[in-house]
Amino acid sequence: MDFGLNGDQELLAQSARAFLEAEAPPDVIRRLGDDSVGHCADLNAKIARQGWNGILVPEAHGGLGLGMLDATVLLTELGRSLAPSPFLASSVLATTLLSSAASIAQRRHWLPQLATGATIATVAWLEESDRVDPAGVALRARRARDRFRLSGSKLFVLDAHVAHVYLVAARTAAGLGPNGVSLFAIPRDADGLSLTPLEGFDRTRRLFEITFDDVVVERDQRIGREGTAWKHLERMLDVACVAIAAECQGGAERALSMAVEYAKMREQFGRAIGSFQAVKHMAAECFAEIEPSRALVWYAAHAQGAHTREASRAASMAKARLGEVFSRTANTAVQMHGGIGFTWEHDMHFWFKRAKANEALFGSPAFHRERVAALSGW
Amino acid sequence: MNLEFSKDDEKFRRGLRAWLRKHLPKRHDEIDGGEDLNFVGDAQIAAAKSWQRTLYEAGYVAIEWPKEHGGHGASTVRQTILTEELLNHRVPGLIGQLGLQMLGPTLIRCGTTAQRKRFLPKILTAEEIWCQGYSEPGSGSDLASLRTSAEIDGDFFVVNGQKIWTTTAHFADWMFCLVRTDPEARKHEGISYVLIDMKSPGIEVRPLMQMNGQSGFNEVFFTDVRVPRENLVGELHGGWAVANTTLSHERNMLANPMRTQQLMADLLRLAARRNQNGGRVTRNPLLRQKLADLQIKVDMMKYHSWKLLSDEAHGRPAGAAASINKLVTTELNHDICTLALELLGDFGPLMGRSPHAEDRGLWPRDWMFTLGMIIGGGTSQIQKNIIAERVLGLPRGG
Repeated sequence: MDFGLNGDQELLAQSARAFLEAEAPPDVIRRLGDDSVGHCADLNAKIARQGWNGILVPEAHGGLGLGMLDATVLLTELGRSLAPSPFLASSVLATTLLSSAASIAQRRHWLPQLATGATIATVAWLEESDRVDPAGVALRARRARDRFRLSGSKLFVLDAHVAHVYLVAARTAAGLGPNGVSLFAIPRDADGLSLTPLEGFDRTRRLFEITFDDVVVERDQRIGREGTAWKHLERMLDVACVAIAAECQGGAERALSMAVEYAKMREQFGRAIGSFQAVKHMAAECFAEIEPSRALVWYAAHAQGAHTREASRAASMAKARLGEVFSRTANTAVQMHGGIGFTWEHDMHFWFKRAKANEALFGSPAFHRERVAALSGW
Repeated sequence: MNLEFSKDDEKFRRGLRAWLRKHLPKRHDEIDGGEDLNFVGDAQIAAAKSWQRTLYEAGYVAIEWPKEHGGHGASTVRQTILTEELLNHRVPGLIGQLGLQMLGPTLIRCGTTAQRKRFLPKILTAEEIWCQGYSEPGSGSDLASLRTSAEIDGDFFVVNGQKIWTTTAHFADWMFCLVRTDPEARKHEGISYVLIDMKSPGIEVRPLMQMNGQSGFNEVFFTDVRVPRENLVGELHGGWAVANTTLSHERNMLANPMRTQQLMADLLRLAARRNQNGGRVTRNPLLRQKLADLQIKVDMMKYHSWKLLSDEAHGRPAGAAASINKLVTTELNHDICTLALELLGDFGPLMGRSPHAEDRGLWPRDWMFTLGMIIGGGTSQIQKNIIAERVLGLPRGG
């Protein structure tokens, strides 16, 4: 029985934190937040040189061949810093999806490019219905001889503006169930494809609508077998839940530590506001939520090593819990700052906004609690 | 990350299970004082003592104590396996647990050789039952303001004053007690830790009835009670530091995550068989949300306890783990019981005396008991102060 990070993972956490503190301090987050693109090629080139992009890619395909707990270490630090990066979209989600859904030849083609960061991929899955179940995939891919033609649109696609290729979930057979969902790798510059940024309050991660106007896809762009993509998407959903939960853990820790430092320094009524129990208890309540939740994230990450019901249940538990913990913490952290916390000038709002966006992404806390109930057999 | 137990630990678990199958009393209520340790009547007290002795002789009591003091020097992992199996087999709490979990470790750390020799063996065998004399009517959260005095008179302390919330005092043989030996000193510096024979002349014990109708705790009055000097533990006026060595034990004793798992499992069994407004409870979307929310917290505290186990094995500092655990777990236990009452509807308030009561009235009883546990052993507010000041480094109040 040894529950926790091993020595290598501890070192990875330390080095990742030091790297991001140096390369993505709050003024960089702020500059990218104001920027229309919101992506820093230089920062992501440096991330690529750290080798992070290959963390989940098997060694045979040029990656580090590590597991979800290792990725969780990086995601926690990315969440702490809010560094804008397609790491989650490409190196975690698209990599997970390709590793499980793609044919051997397709893996051999895609994974080495993703591992180096030379190619960025993202997953286009959600639609107007905003459902993370099979019925959420309604976009039709109609077969025309050896090709497929896609028309319709995808929403909430992460980092679509910097991705080179989209993994698009679409229906190749009628119905709304798990059968008939297929996956296609479509380049950003495909004819008939257009991007519209979704203008949201979280400027640290950009989401897009992708519109397909009779986009023609060759048969060899289909990833894996026709009509069988759902189970791979569901598996990716579990990984996504753990990943977002890890980001939330790091973000919540950061938001609380900013608020605590401020409370030690800010004086009112002739003393530090952190000496007042009303303020102390706000901080202590957050800490008592954040500290044990780390174990939930780690357990969920560890559970992803096997594709079991338990892996899905643990992933949904982590997603439901951490989304709310980060949101509550960030809310409290803003309040602990008083008026200054409400301003655009102060950095706190970046974490406050990211918390709510993370809570919504890939299923709300209520959705995941219901999933926990269903997977528990209640 | 490795969630497997070692072969030796698994062997220990199998041996324990086999032993329990053979020796666990058929009727638990004969030895069960409830969670408030309210053992009633000579027969139950004798049976509960005899059960602890049987368990001790089999090698399953205080296994984490060093061998030379009657334990087995067992690892925290093994201690956890023991607690888990006892809970899974619904083994009631031991009658001597205050001695086992609080005084024993204190004597091992701060006692004299003579004190260890005199007291430890009888703690293990339940020949002597201990109670804790800390709180006073005027000293609850501000424990260090306590006023029960102990004046030195030759080879004796003469104790006068009053203790309150004293669990098990009505049948305890001894009390470990905080007394003021120097009224002039600053409040933390004039306190001593003494061991008082409950049969001493001048002690009066009056039971207090709790809101759930149980009488687990008492008031204890001292009038010129003579306590030999040799019963002082640690330095004279150094009792605050002695008491603090085991306060975290108390927090962990009151907030066992495995007990919480058991309570949650009981709640799910209740939910599975109850109907509300003509529909199954587990089909009600809102109640499913509430159940899942609790289950997530229960599981989180389970993984957190695994993390703490591993942290201890690796020598990583525990920080405010005991305070976080006490704060989160006692509130979670109460939330579980509160949801049980919600599921029970009009049956919720029915106590064990009613033939219509579910689970023999356990839920309303525990619903009240678990509220008491949020207060006892340092209120939630005190735990928050500890977290804020000792971990987050926020300044102490002016």
